[in-house]
Amino acid sequence: MRTPIAYFLVLSGILFSIGTAGVLLRKNALVIFMSVELQLNAVNLTLVAFSRMHGDLGGQVLAFFSMVVAAAEVVVGLAIIVSVYRRHHSVNVDEARELSG
Amino acid sequence: MPLDNVVFWVFAPISVASAIAMLVMRNAVHAALFLIVNFFCIAVMYLLLDAPFLFAVQIIVYAGAIMVLFLFVIMLLGVDRTEDLRERLAGQRIAAVVLGVGAALEITMAIRAGVGFARHAPVSFVGGSAQALAAKLFTTYFFPFEVTSILLIVAAIAAMVLAQRKARAVTLAEAAAGRPEAPAPAPAAAGAGAGPQVVP
Repeated sequence: MRTPIAYFLVLSGILFSIGTAGVLLRKNALVIFMSVELQLNAVNLTLVAFSRMHGDLGGQVLAFFSMVVAAAEVVVGLAIIVSVYRRHHSVNVDEARELSG
Repeated sequence: MPLDNVVFWVFAPISVASAIAMLVMRNAVHAALFLIVNFFCIAVMYLLLDAPFLFAVQIIVYAGAIMVLFLFVIMLLGVDRTEDLRERLAGQRIAAVVLGVGAALEITMAIRAGVGFARHAPVSFVGGSAQALAAKLFTTYFFPFEVTSILLIVAAIAAMVLAQRKARAVTLAEAAAGRPEAPAPAPAAAGAGAGPQVVP
């Protein structure tokens, strides 16, 4: 293991920023949701990298729990997107604007 | 050049490129496929970081289950719709790109200040194996582990309830307008005080 830990951290920072830009840029709710998944994965990579740096397994356990929660979140989020599609016949997030003032 | 450096420098550009490709792809299916590539690259990173169990879980859960679910929903909702590219906020695209690049630079600066680019992980890392992770999971973290099982049950039930097709609640204004996506101009005669009606 000769790769500096900071390289993994920088990689995950770049991936997180791309995910953030995806959430801000895209209009398709599914692609926005995929960008959120990318952000979650970047944070998981950070957790595992810090776990390796400190020689502590707690980070890996936390990443594992984060994956479980992400799976549950994806299921509920996709169900919400499906029901929004039934209501608006579109997954464009600009269409769902009943709550705008 | 050590082997794990080579592996890192092969897979890190692939993961960044596939993430950017996911960002710019107009077709949602293509975006999902590039995201799968990205997840595989992150799984390789887990392998480099001595986390073989998370490598397997990443491929099975993310690249397998979650992305299949995504693709299923994309197919269910129709893949041939083109995304509406009009911006409602002026300059949103430029602001998003600037903020994304700024966030990346800021995170890099924070890593440089906090960890340092030359810092290596300790060479010996006992307990990166699945056995050690299981021992930790079933002793120290046993209660959270059980709570996640409840969470999964709740999520499954919630998904079934949310995605149920019949007996959708329709407001009176929508029923009067006749179209579900009508922007609810509630007529004064349409039963003031009545709650949402369930229309099968």
